[in-house]
Formats: sequence, C-alpha cells, structure tokens
Amino acid sequence: MESDFHSKGKDIEVSESGAGAHAVIMEASPFGLQSKKLAIWLFIASDAVTFGVLLFGYSYLRLGSLDWSYPFKGASILNGFIMTVILLTSSLTMLAAVIAAKHDDKRRCLRWIGFTILLGTIFAVLHLREWFHMFGEGWAIYKNPLGGSPVFAAGFFGITGLHLLHVISGVIALSILAIRYNNGVLDKNHVETTSLYWHFVDLVWMFVFPIMYLMNAAR
Amino acid sequence: MHDAQPAVHHHTAPEGFIAKYVFSVDHKVIGLQYYGLALLAVFIGMVLSWLMRLHLGWGSLAIPGLHLLSRNGAPGNIMTPEYYLSLMTMHGTIMVFFVLTNAPLAGFGNYFLPIQVGAADMAFPRMNMMSFWVTFAAFITLMLSFFVGDGPPLSGWTAYATLSSVGGASGPGEATGQTFWAIAIALFCVGQLLGSLNFITTTLDLRAKGMTLARMPLTTWAWFITACIGLLAFADLLPACILLILDRSFGTSFFNPAGMVLNGQVTKYSGGSPLLWQHLFWFFGHPEVYIAIIPSFGIVSHILTVGARKPLLGGTRVMTGCILAAAFLSYMVWGHHMFLSGLNPFSAILFSVPTLIITIPFTVGVLMLIGTVYGAKLRFNTATLFSLGFISVFVSGGISGFFLAQPSIDIYLHATYFVVAHFHFVMAVASIFGIFAGTYFWMPKMIGRMMNETLGKVHFWLTFIGVYCIFMPMHYLGLAGNVRRYAAFTDNFLVPLIPVHKFITVAALATGAVQFIFLWNLFHTRFWGPKAPDNPWDATSLEWSTTSPPPFDNFGGRQLVVNHDAYQYGVEGPKDYIMQTDPAEAAGD
Repeated sequence: MESDFHSKGKDIEVSESGAGAHAVIMEASPFGLQSKKLAIWLFIASDAVTFGVLLFGYSYLRLGSLDWSYPFKGASILNGFIMTVILLTSSLTMLAAVIAAKHDDKRRCLRWIGFTILLGTIFAVLHLREWFHMFGEGWAIYKNPLGGSPVFAAGFFGITGLHLLHVISGVIALSILAIRYNNGVLDKNHVETTSLYWHFVDLVWMFVFPIMYLMNAAR
Repeated sequence: MHDAQPAVHHHTAPEGFIAKYVFSVDHKVIGLQYYGLALLAVFIGMVLSWLMRLHLGWGSLAIPGLHLLSRNGAPGNIMTPEYYLSLMTMHGTIMVFFVLTNAPLAGFGNYFLPIQVGAADMAFPRMNMMSFWVTFAAFITLMLSFFVGDGPPLSGWTAYATLSSVGGASGPGEATGQTFWAIAIALFCVGQLLGSLNFITTTLDLRAKGMTLARMPLTTWAWFITACIGLLAFADLLPACILLILDRSFGTSFFNPAGMVLNGQVTKYSGGSPLLWQHLFWFFGHPEVYIAIIPSFGIVSHILTVGARKPLLGGTRVMTGCILAAAFLSYMVWGHHMFLSGLNPFSAILFSVPTLIITIPFTVGVLMLIGTVYGAKLRFNTATLFSLGFISVFVSGGISGFFLAQPSIDIYLHATYFVVAHFHFVMAVASIFGIFAGTYFWMPKMIGRMMNETLGKVHFWLTFIGVYCIFMPMHYLGLAGNVRRYAAFTDNFLVPLIPVHKFITVAALATGAVQFIFLWNLFHTRFWGPKAPDNPWDATSLEWSTTSPPPFDNFGGRQLVVNHDAYQYGVEGPKDYIMQTDPAEAAGD
C-alpha cells in the first residue's frame, strides 16, 4: 500500500490511498526516517552488541590462554579471503539493487537482488565446505584436535556459526523480498531496509575475518 | 527533503474473541496481557518468598504439601538446603524478569505510550503481539523447570558459572532445570528486544501534531529511555545465555576452566573463565535494575504532579536529564557487583567512582520530587500515597547503595543481608510501589471503573508499614555478618540472629496477606466498580482526553493537536489545569 506524503515545515501530512483519504498530521520524526528503517537501525544496534559481546568474550579468553592454536594455513586464509571478496561484492550488488529500486526500475532491481542472493549462497557454501573439512580433521565445537585450547574451537564455530546464521537468514529475507517486491506487496523502501541488514552482516564479517582467521594464521 | 514516512495504520476494529483478546494487535490489550502476566508472576514469586522465609525462621518446619511440588526437594515436606536455593533462584528470576521488567515497562508502557504521544497504536502492532507471546512462552518455559528433571536450578537469578555451566553434576536442578532457565531467559531477551524496537520507534515517529519531544510527559520519557537501555542490555544477555547453553550441553569451555574435579572426576574443560560470565551477566544486570526502576520513577513523578497540582520542580527537563544521566552511567558500573571476585583492586576504583556519581542524578531526582510536593495542597488518593511512599522507600534503599558502592565497605557487606535489604528496598518495594501507584492511577482509564479508595488506602498503609518491618532489620543482619543465600543459620555468630529472621518472616507473611486486599480490589472493581469519568484526576496528559476505556483506535479517529506540555497545573482560571489538547490561547506554556 503506497502512502504519499509531503512535509510542511516541521509537520508531516500523511494520507493513505485505498480505504478513503484519511489525512493525519503528525510531528516530524527527528531522524527523518521512516519507521521500518529506524527499526532496522535499532535492530542492527542490538545485533552489533550481540556480536560485540561474543567477540569480547572470545578476546578475553584468548588473551588469557596459554595454549592457543594457530591452525589456518594458506589454503584456509585464501578461502577466507575469497569469502570476504564475495561478501563485499554482494554488498555492492545490493547497493545497485537499492539504486535501481529508487529509480523504480523493478526489473533491474530484482536482477541485482538475484545476484546478491547468489553471492550470499556461495558464501554460505564455501563456509560450510570449510567447516566440514575441519570436522573431517577432527574439529568440533568442543574439540581441538591440535591439542590446544578448546576455546579456539568453541569461539570459532560459535562466532562464525552465528554469522553464518545471519547470512542464511539474510538470503531467505532477500528471497522473500524479491518475490514480494515483484508482486508489489513490498516497495522500494523495503528494499532499502533489507539492504541495511545485509550491509550490517557484511560489516560484521569485516571484524570476524581478521579476528578469527588472520589472527589465527599458522605461524 | 526528508524521506520521512511514519508507519500509519488504518485501523478497523478487530472481531472475534481470539482476535480481540488473545492474539490481539491492540497495544491496550497487549499492555493488559503483560500486566496480567506480571500479576500472576508476582503472586507466584511471593509464595516462593513465603516458603523461603518459613524455612529461614523455622528450619525444620514441615510445610504441608511441599513434597507435592518436589519429592526430592522436600522429602516429608521439609525443605532441603538445595531446594531452598532452587526456590530462591526462581523467586529472583520470576520477580526481576517477569514482574519488574514486565509490569511498569511492558504493561503500562504498552498501554499508555502510544496514547500519551497521540498515536493510534504502536509502530509495529503485530511485532508487539509477538513480543508478548514470546515473553509468555518464556514464562511457561521457566515454570516448567519446576516440574522437569530434578527441579529448578539453584544457582540464583545470577546463574554464576561454574555452578551453572557444568550440567547436572553440580547439584539438583542443574541438569534440565538450568537449561530450561537459560532457554526461558533467552526467549525473554528476544521478547524485550522486540518491545524496545516498538517503544523507541513509536516515540520518535508517531507523535501527534504539536507533541514535540519536549512536551512529552515524563512517563513517556521514562519508557523511551528505558527501552533504549533495554535494547542494548538484553542484546548482551542473549549471547551470554547462548554461551551458557553451549557450555552445558555442547561441551564448550567458555566459562569452565581446566582442572575442575566434579564428583571425583577431572572434567575435560579447558580455557574458560567463570569471571567472563560475571562480566557478561552484570554488564546486562546493572542496566537491568535501572530498567526496573526508571519507569516507576517516571510514573511516580507524573502522578505526584497530578496530586500536587504543581508542575515538577525543575520541570520535565531536569528530571529527564537525571534519568538520562543515570541511564548512561548505568553501563559503566557493572563491576561493583564484582568487588570480591578477584579483579585487580585498582579496577574497583574504576567502578566505584561512577557508582558514586550515579547517586547524584538519582538524588537530584528525589529532591525534585520532594521539592514538588513541598508547599503543595496535595490531593491524597491511593495513587498519590504510593508515590509518596515511593520517595520514602527509594531513599531508604538508595542510602544503603552509597555504602555498598565503596569497595572497602563492600568487602564486609558483600553477599550479606545488607545487600538483600538494599536491592529489595529499591526494586521489590520502590519499583512495586510505582506499579501500585500506576495501577490505582490508571485502572479507571484502562477498565473504565474506579477502584475502591478505602481498600486502597488500607492496602497502602499496611504494605508501607509491612515492608519496613521486613527489610529494615535486614540492614542490621547484614552488618552483624549474616551471609545471604544460606538455607540455615548454624554458625555460632548467626544463631542469635534467628529471632530477627522469625520477626521478618511473620512480617513477610502478614504483608503478603495484605496484598490480597489489592487483589480483591482489582477483582471487585472489574465487575462492580463505579463507572469512571474520562478524567477523574483532573490530569492533563493525552490519555485523559479520551474515554475510559479508550476506543480501539485511542482517540476515535479525531485529529489531535497538542498545544501544551503535560504539566500545566496550578494555572489561573475556572479549572487549575490545562490539558495538552486545550487551545493554545489558554494561559501558560
């Protein structure tokens, strides 16, 4: 359902088409944001705290550890690097989708959302591939086959696992977005709101990758 | 141009019992649902406290029927020490989460925040409904821990590792019970996070024309600031609970160090730190107790202006500033719960100084309240009485905080009844007084009937005297060295204190019984109370400019224009107040 608006100074007049013109004059939001966008920013803030807490806990335990492991050899780092490039590119494609939506170019927007979904899926596949390779070598969330600190395993699988969960949720959300944007149930503002979540997921990876992979590269 | 597009909902009245009263998206129904849940929870929590107090006063007492609650925990109806700790854990968890976070914030806030800003509903009504039902699911999960496995956990509402993080080997209730606890609390966090999103977005985006942030009533400010605190605090507790579950059920070692011996066997954990749990928990835990008090502080301030017929001393600005300062500082003081945990002694200064600083905004706030009442011709109704009572008990509880904030004193007082006295006064009494005040004040609006004033006043006076009888002696007990979380007092320096415990128990049972007066009042009012007018208290905020109870879209679809702030009392003219929606030409502002 589309809503037009125009602002008159500090007031905002909102009218809804559909079940009769029903004008409601309200105070302007101090951030000039629509509600769903504000809500996503607030959710991102809380999710940032969640990841921050986990990364803090991980760092706290790592600094206190006497038997830390450094298992990631060149192949793992390269894999991680490729995953990083893929996720960064997916943010770029998402941005293109938002720009297309702003110009009301639905076809182009959907194409870019499609690319984003594809890249996100490849990221998840690469990630799971690496996980299962590690499981094969004897890793588990509770086990470190190198004999070093089990916190390494717990932290690694826990944090990258939570991130992977966010990526997969994001891919699902983008799929739903694409279908409903195509049907006209959702509009360009929803595209932008979902893109904010996706950028956040990418931003978290930019912390996770250096902390979990680069700092644990084999010496 | 701003791309500002607030969520506007074209409301049609819901139909059918389920849509109207069960899975309702109406914030008023949801608010009442939260309040009802809190009411159920507080009576369960109170009964648990009676069981605890009976055991403390008379340790070998056989409490009839207790073995039905737990065969292992109370063989022959006599409570084991472990079961005492389990009951204590559930008492704390239920009260802090399902009463003190629910009623003043989710209950009253959900009901009145949209109305007080002039909106037809919250920004996200369906998410609001989800947040209640997630909270309800959390409550059920928590209650199930009484009946699954070998009972509820015994690690306290603080669930310290490693007692809580190694599974069943550490005690009864630590297997399934603790897992249910962790899941319940994680669910609760999700519910609160969704609620916070709604509160913040509604406050910022859905205000009526003329309702600038400066004109919002204090209660709205209090709910808004509390929601901001909660957004970040519960986002910390959620991963902490998940890490706890990983340690317990998946063999990880986030909180479990190497070399632990359980039941004669060396465990396989390595690399974890119990202190990490304390940091993660208290970084949530301290803001949480401010989440518990700030809405009540706002409610009481608001009610006192109505009763005193005077705006707040210092205006909304100073009080809001105090609450903001306290909220901001609340994130910097978590270590004052950990003075005895073995942290570097210099870190104690880092936490003690902001803790002492936090006393300043609260003191200023209390002084503003006292200054508002000073010289006022107070209208004494039950709501005003409970608000005045709030000032008294909040000061009583707050003063003990000054002592505990200092590490040198806390070395002696930590984990004694002095701490129990402190937090019960500020949380269990002051915050609950805020809830009572809000109930007597707003019940006419919510259900359209006036509560019985005589019963209310009896309820107030007996409760006020009762809580002092219960919690004042605990300061003495703490100074005498009475350790908390003990199921029995057998040491030679504790035995002489048992008569004090007996006195407290009797006071607790009596004060608990008095609460049934309140319950009866609620029940009687619901069915036989006299009809309430739109504005029985001559108050100014937006909820009093609509019917009692409000229509489903709060204002009957009319265009609201706000011309005044919420504290135009004591003005010249035929009536001594100006409502927020009165024309701008009215005096004042």
